[in-house]
Amino acid sequence: MSKHPYRGLTLIAAVLLLLPLVLPNSFYVDLAIRMAINAVIVLGLNLLIGFAGQISLGHAGFIGIGAYASAALPTHFGWHPLLAVVAGAIAAGALAAVLARPIFRLKGHYLAMATLGLGIIINIVVRNEAALTGGPDGMAVPPMVFGSFEISGDKPWYWIVASLLCFSIWASIILIDSPFGRALRALHGSEVASKVVGVNVLRYKLTVFVMSAMFASIMGSVTALYVGFVTPNLADFFHSIELVTMVVIGGMGSIYGSVLGAVLLTALPQALATFEGWETVVFGAILMLSMIFMPKGLVPTLAARFGKGE
Amino acid sequence: MLAEFLQFLFSGITVGSTYALAALGFTLIYNSSHVINFAQGEFIMLGGMLAVYFTHSGLGLPLSLVLAIVLPAIVGLVMEKVAIEPVKGAEPVTLIIITIGASLVLRGLVQIWLGKGTFSLPAFSGEQPINVLGATLMPQSLWVLGVTAVVVLCLWYFFARTLMGKAMLATSFNRVAAELVGINTDGVLFLSFAMSAALGALGGILITPITLTSYDAGIMLGLKGFVGAVLGGLGSGLGAVVGGLLVGVLEAMGAGYISSSYKDAMPFVLILLILFFRPSGLFGGKATDRV
Amino acid sequence: MNMALLEVQDLSIQFGGVKAVQNVSFSIDAGIVYAVIGPNGAGKTTLFNLITGIYTPTAGSILLDGQPIQGKSPDVLAKRGVARTFQNLQICMNMSAVENVMVGAHLRLDRNLFKAALRWPALKARDLDLHAEALELMRFVGLEAYASASADSMSYGALKRLEIARALAMKPRLLFLDEPAAGLNPKETIEVDALIRKVADTGVTVVLVEHDMKMVMNLSDRILVLDYGRKLAEGTAAEVRRNPDVIAAYLGAHA
Repeated sequence: MSKHPYRGLTLIAAVLLLLPLVLPNSFYVDLAIRMAINAVIVLGLNLLIGFAGQISLGHAGFIGIGAYASAALPTHFGWHPLLAVVAGAIAAGALAAVLARPIFRLKGHYLAMATLGLGIIINIVVRNEAALTGGPDGMAVPPMVFGSFEISGDKPWYWIVASLLCFSIWASIILIDSPFGRALRALHGSEVASKVVGVNVLRYKLTVFVMSAMFASIMGSVTALYVGFVTPNLADFFHSIELVTMVVIGGMGSIYGSVLGAVLLTALPQALATFEGWETVVFGAILMLSMIFMPKGLVPTLAARFGKGE
Repeated sequence: MLAEFLQFLFSGITVGSTYALAALGFTLIYNSSHVINFAQGEFIMLGGMLAVYFTHSGLGLPLSLVLAIVLPAIVGLVMEKVAIEPVKGAEPVTLIIITIGASLVLRGLVQIWLGKGTFSLPAFSGEQPINVLGATLMPQSLWVLGVTAVVVLCLWYFFARTLMGKAMLATSFNRVAAELVGINTDGVLFLSFAMSAALGALGGILITPITLTSYDAGIMLGLKGFVGAVLGGLGSGLGAVVGGLLVGVLEAMGAGYISSSYKDAMPFVLILLILFFRPSGLFGGKATDRV
Repeated sequence: MNMALLEVQDLSIQFGGVKAVQNVSFSIDAGIVYAVIGPNGAGKTTLFNLITGIYTPTAGSILLDGQPIQGKSPDVLAKRGVARTFQNLQICMNMSAVENVMVGAHLRLDRNLFKAALRWPALKARDLDLHAEALELMRFVGLEAYASASADSMSYGALKRLEIARALAMKPRLLFLDEPAAGLNPKETIEVDALIRKVADTGVTVVLVEHDMKMVMNLSDRILVLDYGRKLAEGTAAEVRRNPDVIAAYLGAHA
């Protein structure tokens, strides 16, 4: 942890404040919002992958839960959108808890397999239950309302998402330096050692996994509310891989790496939009090359290179 | 009743054979390196797609099939040299991500080269269905089962009776010990990738006349083969075959008797059940760590 | 009569066909230095792993303060004041040296997540105290030179001492040292010997597995000798040294 972790946060907050003045049109504002949403998800996922050392290959499934909760619950059952967000988060958290409890008792990368399975099952369910979810074509999402005030469009959502991002970064910084965070890092470093000093390894892994699932779900709801529409792509295997790529390329265990990874890899599909097959190839190449040449990720590698440790 | 059951059983073992070959591929690589090769599915896809490409180019079935097995094997070798060997001592997470990256690259390249269409191969010995106790069995199914059985026997012979095979087994039990007795473990790894790819490609070729192929056919086939390997016990060859077949059969039964729209979900529900109740699989052993 | 701090009764464990530990019984009083010796493969580390919760015995019991602890997980035992170091170092290479020691104090801190968020200033203050305490412990074990080092830059001998510092951060009652002198040169061995003596002087009950006979004989109040998983002898250093079975199996004629 660098000596001045808040410098980056201040910088990002400043950038976020000034960005709307600089961005030429709403296409870029939309891009910025998507980057910020991904950054928050990746921060949560990084807790799991980078600190607890566990890999989730189905995180898009949790995003889907939040997104479809925000779509289906208000539409079919008349729930208030805010309640739907909470319900989605609780459902995602509960699912994560149920899944992880038996898995984390095992050694090795069984979580990867389990989350892979879960993610695919969620995707298939969403595609099949058309009456609830609109099936492969997706469905519209009623916007967030407070009384008669409706939150829609990129302006309000930009500020909401920007605040969420700043808050998430701040919370992550605090978390990592706290005893909880230290125990997490110890767990990653040597599970046996952490057990022996009294860390309840099972409970920690569980907590981190549930937290990251709930973050993903909430951001899924945010995405759904912002875009106004959800499709099953939001919860598919490729999306899960994209998220893992963002963690990995930015730097496993690096807060600012998560943000950087999210920014870069949200922009990339836009740049490659017309070259569909190439998008897949480039993603794959990035994954491979960064793991081979920069296994620690961009931010930690650059930090070590320039000796700053930021 | 019986006819229906047999029908599901036949289609289950048929596709299960592809899963079994994929599972064997996973097991081979896992044994020599503890890497879970997420690109295995793409080898299956390559087999089918290349076979289609070569036959459409007029090369004739036998030559096309040979090329469709050899080329993926070469791809496997390249992948091992380029992506796996440089990072030998890396964390498991790193290796998993590399193989996922490789699968994306392969899939993307095929998508660019051959497009997003779905293709088929002519059945090897015609399309005349065979009637067995009221159920229909396609001749291609017999090819799939027959060839798979022969391949499994050959592999058994290879591992049990040849020096190279035993060297591979030794590497899987204890890599360091194997190196100390002079086994070229890098060579073993190299070979295991080639074999894995060839097995996968073969499975892909055999199944294409029945289930067709496309640039993204590999994802599900690979993942389901992986479920088969875990079900049988990651690391066990016999487990891989049994596991793969079981996954195919259970999938078919589930689709037939419970719900066909959730057919693709069956193997993944299965893997969750395995991990919850018997993570070492049917034939896998328990491992203890020395501290 | 004082109840022994640790009592092991008829302890056994089997790995498949291998009976690693068979019907071992002994007791350890509080405040002494107790050594477990024996040839390689005698079951010493396995015994440690049984007592510290890494393994569950197939038979027998382990009593701490009269309460059974066999089969309980290491983090439960940590709460009861049991600490240990490892033969094959278990250091968190992804953290700094100081942080490794701070992790040892895990149970003594408030790890609750929500409290972390709410009482941030208080938590920060306690963490600073802990940092100071960790540095003090590093000084105690002779690692003051590594105050700002990262764990992956330290030598093997230094890491062994770091593990001891981490164990001490737990403020344990019972400290298990698994081959603390293994892999150390003669000078380092003397330093570790002195360190263990220092630790024992603070009142911690020390149990060690060691092959260096000079160290064992110098330090220990009582010694348990294992051979092929069974208890071969037990007693004071003088008694064990004279025991003919022990000499035959392990010490050789010139002990």
